[in-house]
Amino acid sequence: MRLLFTQPAAGKLFRATSTLVRVYFARYRNGVNMASFSMGRKMIEISHLVKQFGTLQAVNDLSFSVAPGEVLGFLGPNGAGKSTTMKIVTGFLKPSAGRVSIFGCDIEQDTIAAQRQMGYLPEGAPCYEEMTPRTFLNFIAAARGLKGAYASERLQQVIDTMSLQAVLDQRIETLSKGFKRRVGLAQAIIHDPKILILDEPTDGLDPNQKHQVREMIRGLAKDKIVIISTHILEEVTAVCTRAIIITQGQVVADCRPDELEQRSKYHGALTLDFDESVTAEDFLGEFASLEQVALVESIEESNQLSLFPRHKDQSMLLDVSQLIRDRQLPVVSINQEKGKLDEVFRAVTQEQNP
Amino acid sequence: MNGIKVITSREIRSYFATPLAYVFILIFLVLSGVFTFYMGNLFERGQADLIPFFNFHPWLYLFLVPAISMRLWSEERKSGSIELLLTLPITRFQAVVGKFLAAWLFAGLALFLTFPIWLTVNYLGDPDNGVIFSSYLGSWLMAGGFLAIGSCMSAVSQSQVIAFILTGTVCLLFVLAGFPLVLNVFRDWLPILVVDTVASLSFMTHFGAIAKGVLGLQDLVFFFSVILFWLLATTVVVEMKQGQ
Repeated sequence: MRLLFTQPAAGKLFRATSTLVRVYFARYRNGVNMASFSMGRKMIEISHLVKQFGTLQAVNDLSFSVAPGEVLGFLGPNGAGKSTTMKIVTGFLKPSAGRVSIFGCDIEQDTIAAQRQMGYLPEGAPCYEEMTPRTFLNFIAAARGLKGAYASERLQQVIDTMSLQAVLDQRIETLSKGFKRRVGLAQAIIHDPKILILDEPTDGLDPNQKHQVREMIRGLAKDKIVIISTHILEEVTAVCTRAIIITQGQVVADCRPDELEQRSKYHGALTLDFDESVTAEDFLGEFASLEQVALVESIEESNQLSLFPRHKDQSMLLDVSQLIRDRQLPVVSINQEKGKLDEVFRAVTQEQNP
Repeated sequence: MNGIKVITSREIRSYFATPLAYVFILIFLVLSGVFTFYMGNLFERGQADLIPFFNFHPWLYLFLVPAISMRLWSEERKSGSIELLLTLPITRFQAVVGKFLAAWLFAGLALFLTFPIWLTVNYLGDPDNGVIFSSYLGSWLMAGGFLAIGSCMSAVSQSQVIAFILTGTVCLLFVLAGFPLVLNVFRDWLPILVVDTVASLSFMTHFGAIAKGVLGLQDLVFFFSVILFWLLATTVVVEMKQGQ
């Protein structure tokens, strides 16, 4: 009788205990994720990053964060620390100081979890040259843990996106630079990562291929984070929503590409092209007398005049065109400048090291 | 585990994607034949065993194993693909083990392809097949030890030539550790305990024991610890080299 009574009780106790144990372990197992969820927002956060190679300070107290939906153009002269920063963010290099958090996962503590979220194209798009694009991409897919139907679906998709069908079974070492780069990009996006880090993705590509890569980046889902390092400035205006210029391992500019253009002294300037029969310089005085015009410069080799506005937000176009019409000046064309990025680039990066 | 498997299978494919695998296997088979029949006088001895065959293995491995292991990490670093490999969601140690396993399996295949010699002695006489099996196992374990050393040396330098020479030298030290050549260097100024320890690190002693057909636990443990030690060392070196 006693025995009959205790058995169900013991069973209950056992069940209760095992539930407790299971809950405890589940929590333990998910501990990392839960912790990171409360800790970090869904973004990349880089704080006070320092990297030293011997006596060389490659990255010097760099801090910024990138949110989903942003396409960040990472600019800077050669040796400014762009690639080093990317190598640290992707977990290839260890920082000397500071921390990087990828969606709440610390890149040093929780490297694998952080690396799962990222696709990375290293500088120069290195890969295993003795493989074919097919075997190489299969290897990456397997290493990224893609399986079965999903793996083949993703494989087909990146092959289509990167137009690799024609070279799928050729050794990578026999491929042209453009194709190699595309294989590198394909491996970076095969697992449909939330974060894409591309170190000079269009370096060495012809204009058509550059266009293709930019289209691909623009076509990515809008909730992704993309970081592109480049020294091709037109690329920044073409694809980026934000630009960071670094030099000597420090941020010297961080804004939208069009804001960067506005910093240019050419922003809002007018360029007048004169007929070949006259010398542009002769008309310098005519324009200098206009109230809106702060400064007139002649560009000697091209027979042009550059007119700089007194107030950047007020257009001189009306006044200038009125003057041209009144005086019947031999002007062939008028261009309103948005700003010259390379001039801004030179200005910000050389302020630091005169 | 998945990480190790993926790396291993990629590495093995890459051996066979280049002439390396075929050249290596061919040379290994030719040389082991030459050593066994001409220098070891397998037939003239008139005994049905493979002692002449296995006796030359340490020396054969001394310059053939570095040829497999030298590319393990040097090549990755030179071509830059190491950056790709180490930013995949795979730990450093998994990558190290995966690469090592591929090389070890490959060495095992080369060793396996010497089976006609085994068949030959069985055809000609009545050898102790247990001893021969044990010797094969010992030889493979020894190859593993050499490869683990080679893996570490390959991580040290991005030049394959340097990796080759370093591996050969370190392996030679391990082979000769029980010989007076090495022991005499230590005997004069180190306590006997240290000298004994050095002597006990000899690949020859442990391989010799297994090749006699005595599959002792201490010899197995020895080779597995050597492999593990050098693989951990490889991981540390890979980690350190990245910081530079």
